[in-house]
Amino acid sequence: MTAGTVSGTAAAEPGAQAPRRPVNFGIVVFPGSNCEYDAHHALSTFPEAAPHYLWHKDHDLDGADVVVLPGGFSYGDYLRTGAIARFSPIMQEVAAFARAGGPVLGICNGFQILAEAHLVHGALLQNRGLKFICHPQYLKVERNDTPFTRRFEVGQVIQIPVNHNEGNWTAGSESLRKIEEQGLVVFRYCDEYGNVTDGANPNGAVDNVAGIVNETGNVMGMMPHPERVCEAELGGTDGRGVFGSLIDHTLEQ
Amino acid sequence: MPELYEELGLSGREYQQIRQIQGAEPTHVELAVYSLMWSEHCGYKHSRPLLKCFPSGGERVLQGPGENAGIVDIGDGLAIAMKIESHNHPSAVEPYQGAATGVGGILRDIFTMGARPICNLNSLRFGEIAPPPGRGRAGTGIADGRGAAHRGAGQADFAQGAADTEHADGTARQRYLFEQVVAGIGGYGNCMGIPTVGGEVYFEEAYQGNCLVNAMTVGVVSHDAIIRSTAAGPGNHVVLIGSKTGRDGIGGASVLASQEFDETLEEKRPSVQVGDPFTEKKLLEACLELLQADRFVALQDLGAAGITSSSSEMAAKGGVGIDIHTDRVPLREPDMAAWEIMISESQERMLAIVEPAHWEGVREVCERWDLDATIVGAVTDGQRLRVYHDGERVADMPALALAEAPTYAVDRERPAHERDEPVELAEYSRPDSSCAGILLDLLGSPNIASRRWIWEQYDHQVQLNTVEGPGGDAAVLRIKRSGGGIAVCTDGNGRHCYLDPYRGGKGAVAEAARNVSCTGAEPIAITNCLNFGNPEKPPIASQFARAIEGMSEACEAFGTPVISGNVSFYNESFGEAIYPTPVVGMLGVMPEFERRAEIRFRGKGDVVFLLGDGAPALDGSEYQKRWFGKVEGRIPDVDLRAELALQEAVRGAIREGIVRSAHDCSDGGLAVALAECCVAGGIGARLDLSRVPGRVSGRQDLTLFGEAPTRVVVSVALEQVERLLSRLQSLGVPSVRLGSVGGEALSLEIGGEELEVSLPALADAYQRGIPSALEESPGSGSIDK
Repeated sequence: MTAGTVSGTAAAEPGAQAPRRPVNFGIVVFPGSNCEYDAHHALSTFPEAAPHYLWHKDHDLDGADVVVLPGGFSYGDYLRTGAIARFSPIMQEVAAFARAGGPVLGICNGFQILAEAHLVHGALLQNRGLKFICHPQYLKVERNDTPFTRRFEVGQVIQIPVNHNEGNWTAGSESLRKIEEQGLVVFRYCDEYGNVTDGANPNGAVDNVAGIVNETGNVMGMMPHPERVCEAELGGTDGRGVFGSLIDHTLEQ
Repeated sequence: MPELYEELGLSGREYQQIRQIQGAEPTHVELAVYSLMWSEHCGYKHSRPLLKCFPSGGERVLQGPGENAGIVDIGDGLAIAMKIESHNHPSAVEPYQGAATGVGGILRDIFTMGARPICNLNSLRFGEIAPPPGRGRAGTGIADGRGAAHRGAGQADFAQGAADTEHADGTARQRYLFEQVVAGIGGYGNCMGIPTVGGEVYFEEAYQGNCLVNAMTVGVVSHDAIIRSTAAGPGNHVVLIGSKTGRDGIGGASVLASQEFDETLEEKRPSVQVGDPFTEKKLLEACLELLQADRFVALQDLGAAGITSSSSEMAAKGGVGIDIHTDRVPLREPDMAAWEIMISESQERMLAIVEPAHWEGVREVCERWDLDATIVGAVTDGQRLRVYHDGERVADMPALALAEAPTYAVDRERPAHERDEPVELAEYSRPDSSCAGILLDLLGSPNIASRRWIWEQYDHQVQLNTVEGPGGDAAVLRIKRSGGGIAVCTDGNGRHCYLDPYRGGKGAVAEAARNVSCTGAEPIAITNCLNFGNPEKPPIASQFARAIEGMSEACEAFGTPVISGNVSFYNESFGEAIYPTPVVGMLGVMPEFERRAEIRFRGKGDVVFLLGDGAPALDGSEYQKRWFGKVEGRIPDVDLRAELALQEAVRGAIREGIVRSAHDCSDGGLAVALAECCVAGGIGARLDLSRVPGRVSGRQDLTLFGEAPTRVVVSVALEQVERLLSRLQSLGVPSVRLGSVGGEALSLEIGGEELEVSLPALADAYQRGIPSALEESPGSGSIDK
């Protein structure tokens, strides 16, 4: 149990210097995606970002610097969440892009697709409460050396809502040991003081895992929805840290 | 053996009319089509004349009743499309799918108009999910403010002994229905990516055999993108888009599968439609894309009575004819007969009129979305609906006659239980329990307690417009394209309408308007869903007519036309009707969404006022029901002039930043409203209720828990008190200063009595109400506001 700092907003935006070029975010649209517009809208609040949509049937990432797999119910979540979407034509390109070190962010259903595609570890089961949940959620930041979390501090407590029926992340014990040893966990569910407790765990995820990266740190899946908290009028701005980090990371390349 | 037409629900007279129209003995397909189009559900036979009483026009109205949804202007070239619809009977049979397809149907009604759905709401009624206190179930969790265990001793007189076991069984079924309906609503709306932002639910014995599931959708559309369902252009294609057609939803008409039509039992299986939100999501995106590209002449969703109603309505509206070739309809199961294809209620389908030059474009977009699009017929100039199967003409009917079912007026008779006088207070001796105990009990009543358990199962945030989600008086959404906002809510009080349908109907509109006004929005239009019993019975006919009268009067006063709606009759089980339950879906607009109020008390030292001087009454209150086991008397009437002034004062004070919170004072009375303001704000208040209007000596309980319309609780910063008072004075709105916000408890002083309940105790009772009725732990690790 560690206490973190409660933040009202994410770290400050980079200063007034003009961006060298817009960061090209490719948002993949699967049939049944429903947070693609929200990701687009949230990104459009960053002057440095140029979001555009990628169609699941295409074989072209259209010059994306960052690929986003948005939330939703791709293919209706029929069969198993993410199980069909991972076979979409564009996923071949996404996997190649990820292997080449390109940053890929999977949010909610996007996380489920990444897990099905074995681009991140683990699997997502139904919530232990057996119900869909939609509510604000505190997260503890475990790493800030990833392209997704540079604008946070380690131990920082942020608030990003969860909205899912299958967010109960799990992994086999051996694999879990490796994941923890390598420090692949980026966000954990916690209470407002940063205590990682079972009571603060909304879905039963092992080790309170809310977000996780691959070994090379360039692919992240997270159940909470950062695009929902990028404007103060929607009740929070902590989600800006995730997209802002990706912008900083890309501009530095 | 009854005649086939009788089995189909047609009267002998109607059958003769049909013969006359057809000029011959109708074919089986024709009879099937007539029986559906002339059913109460499609034909509005007992309601059409009365529905004309509703005001339905106005400057803002771009589309009134008669289309898939009504549309009102909200400025900046934008408009709101909205409608509410019932799915009561399917939900009673199969609650998850019944509720889910109810949501699917109302969503299609909205995007059929060219609008993108931006939120869902719902209004639900079930039987009791837990016995009231003193009636069995242990551990209802009544505790007074100091934490001591406490039971309502005054209630022993209605403990029901032997009835307990029966009651327990009944409540289990109701809990099942409730949980499944909530899951079904969430399952469909969440998948579609439409936030469910508000609604209401009540639990009453009257709905035990017949639950109500009313679903409402609100969409946004540019004025120039509105499309209607008027077929035009003989020679144009009639195109069916979406799911394949199966036998689902034919169950209701399964009598058709009798002697002549079908001999096999399997074919008679009744079935509730099964929802496929994934296909509907693709249908939504494909239709909106095609509408944007101007590929459709007209569009109509397939709801009740499937192709039958959609094609005949489109033809009737356009004064044209339509030919349908049922053998071209893509089928889910082989060997469906023409009549089955015509009346199937398979979900997620649309009928579009497409010019031949645009067909290729339509086909391409549908293919990209993996949707079937099939030319199943053509527009003709004959004004007739003709059905062909394998080249053979199996039906030929005038479209207009189908769309205009005969109407009936039933003699009205005032129901025997309606009274002219309110209850005698003397017959309601004050319970022995402390007022604190009663307050905690009411806060935990399933009819009042926090609805968090419900709305946490709904995605209420997707689309990034929800600036004020569920839990307040009304939800507030921003309109990204204009910077403005809308407020939406649903309201209806069956108990009130049971006691007095006229006053109850009026009150439903007034309360909905008040809820919207409490956010700062100006009410501009309503949609309604009228849930009643069997309209052929004189007492029901009376309730229906009186409720419409009351609602119409209120709509006139507020300038909120009825732009769409739905009637659901025959909500009865074993001859017992539900409470008459008109539900109002209210839309309000605000020029800037940032200028709004929430219900929560916010700042220490803020001054609390009660606006309005209605005398609280026991009649129809939650207190009367829960603590005396009775629903009787006569509810107070709404004084519409006072109501208008009150709401105008509240809205103005919010827009000018004078008040810091506003909350409608309704179910559970003043004490419950104040407790809700405290719980939502996480801060207490110290208040003196001694000067609240309508005091009766020795009856502090009446002041605390009695209910009256036209009352709002506001809090205001100390330095704004003068501004508030002068505004109230100029509008003639009475008010009482109650005290100030602060502390860790709600302390109420009233006529020498004091009541103090700690904030955690209030919050606990309020948050645990529904989960403990369902025997679950509250919340799922969520953050309390």
